[in-house]
Amino acid sequence: MANLKYRIKVALASCSIAAGAEDVFAGLSRELASVGKEEFLLQPTGCLGMCYCEPTVEITTAGGERYIYGYVGAKDVKLLVEQHLLSDKPVDDLLVFSPRGHKEMENYFNKQVRIALKNCGVIQPESIDSYIEAEGYTGIKKALQKPADRIIADLKEAGLRGRGGAGFPTYLKLQLTREAEGKRKYVVCNADEGDPGAFMDRSILESDPHSVIEGMLLCAYAIGAEHGYIYCRAEYPLAVQRLRLAITQAEAYQLLGNNILGSGFNFHIEIREGAGAFVCGEETALLMSIEGRRGMPRFRPPYPAEKGLFNAPTCINNVETLANIPRIISGGPEVFNRYGTETSKGTKVFALAGKINRGGLVEIPMGMTIDELVFHIGGGISTGNDFKAIQTGGPSGGCIPAALKDTPVDYESLTKIGAIIGAGHLCCAISMNSAFTITL
Amino acid sequence: MHIPSKASDEIRNIVAKYRNYPGAAIPILQEIQNKLGYVSPEFILQVAGLTGLKASELYGITTFYSQFRLEPLGENHIQICHGTACHLAGAERITEALEIETGTECGTTGKDGKFTLEKVACMGCCSLAPVISVNGKIFGKLTPDKAKRLIRRLQKNSREKGGV
Repeated sequence: MANLKYRIKVALASCSIAAGAEDVFAGLSRELASVGKEEFLLQPTGCLGMCYCEPTVEITTAGGERYIYGYVGAKDVKLLVEQHLLSDKPVDDLLVFSPRGHKEMENYFNKQVRIALKNCGVIQPESIDSYIEAEGYTGIKKALQKPADRIIADLKEAGLRGRGGAGFPTYLKLQLTREAEGKRKYVVCNADEGDPGAFMDRSILESDPHSVIEGMLLCAYAIGAEHGYIYCRAEYPLAVQRLRLAITQAEAYQLLGNNILGSGFNFHIEIREGAGAFVCGEETALLMSIEGRRGMPRFRPPYPAEKGLFNAPTCINNVETLANIPRIISGGPEVFNRYGTETSKGTKVFALAGKINRGGLVEIPMGMTIDELVFHIGGGISTGNDFKAIQTGGPSGGCIPAALKDTPVDYESLTKIGAIIGAGHLCCAISMNSAFTITL
Repeated sequence: MHIPSKASDEIRNIVAKYRNYPGAAIPILQEIQNKLGYVSPEFILQVAGLTGLKASELYGITTFYSQFRLEPLGENHIQICHGTACHLAGAERITEALEIETGTECGTTGKDGKFTLEKVACMGCCSLAPVISVNGKIFGKLTPDKAKRLIRRLQKNSREKGGV
């Protein structure tokens, strides 16, 4: 569209819908329909991560300048249309970010590096064309031209480690499953994000479901699997709905099913909904649940790579890990390994919650300090009180007192001080009492 | 011993969809709950009769997974999030307010069948903590007062619909 003047995006994910984004979207549709100009394009997107000021509306100019409005109510819609779109005068009172001013937000955007979240809040989650336009499915197209083990080599060079908590090297998981004996192999996506305070997986599934599907396709091609399962928790109905739609779309585009893109490679994905058991986030319990049984963790070894789902070699990865894979394969290992530390490469998504000003989802290079994460990106403590501690890693994680705020956030440094990254959730506390209750 | 009555057509149709489906037990029970509202011991015996799965195993599944209900839900289903962020933001106080206002103990359905209160794990809307879900719709940044007002609104709607 050559004469497009403004693109208007409304984030529609669980958080923003709960905050009233659907009314805002409906209001904008009505207003724009009555204005009737083709130079304005309204699009639903996923989560931008700025949960603290939902509902958000982003207006982008043809030149790419971004104006982000926060705390938008249905009553503000008319003002936005009349003032910003029709008269080119941004509504200062509602702006949380604009190309000029809002200095305090510069760190928030500049210090983040979005790889797993690249498309979140940018593309339309319910449109496969929108994903393809953002270079989606180029990873699998590229991979299908080369030997399957190239994927493993690229992931090794990238240094990607499992983002679900344990940090096991992803390439090794694939290699072990590839080498394991067995005619039938499986790829499983662990979308049973259960740790309280973690919602990055939900956000990726709701905002960019095709990335996860492409990640699974790449794993399947690398290990020689024809069947995959996504195990998604029941508390995420919108994620399940968008995944189902994405799978149907990918099948229609011959990106899932038999003879994918004429390559002879077959891969099918089924969704299994969890039934409310926290323990099923643990991989062996999760696999039992897919098998239709009570999810009870068993001792490892054997690891799922040797004996997993239905006793077959199984490669199981979490959502954020899978979303990183297409970026690495299509852009090369260096898009990922140029960030991070020696042993913790790349970026990590963090969910900021608790007494923090800019609660939401952020993606930072590994190795950034806790202080930078909480103050530069998170905007500091919301109650004006002193920062006392953060809780990371959920129930199996730890509490980190403010005195250790210069610790870099990476697998090794956090383990050294007795905490863990876990799935990447960080809850800020202003009083040590509340911080301790949650770990007890 | 209870002899199961003939399986209802609804359950028969659901089970038929999952023939040759590995690990079908949980999806079958989920679909029964979606369609019929709950999974009673009677339904379990019917599924066992149709699939050949052991009733004890099916009962084990329904009691292991917190999603399954052995009894019907109240008219309004309220889930109170008790994840870390909601806990810190006062989920206990919200629960208390809801219990007082509905006259229903958390984890049960009130005698009048109007409300079911349920404590759930993280719903992933931590930045809006504390949150509850009312009949599938999420309400965030609650206070005990806001929660009480929400209940009064539901009670009013229910009266206007001809209930109470």
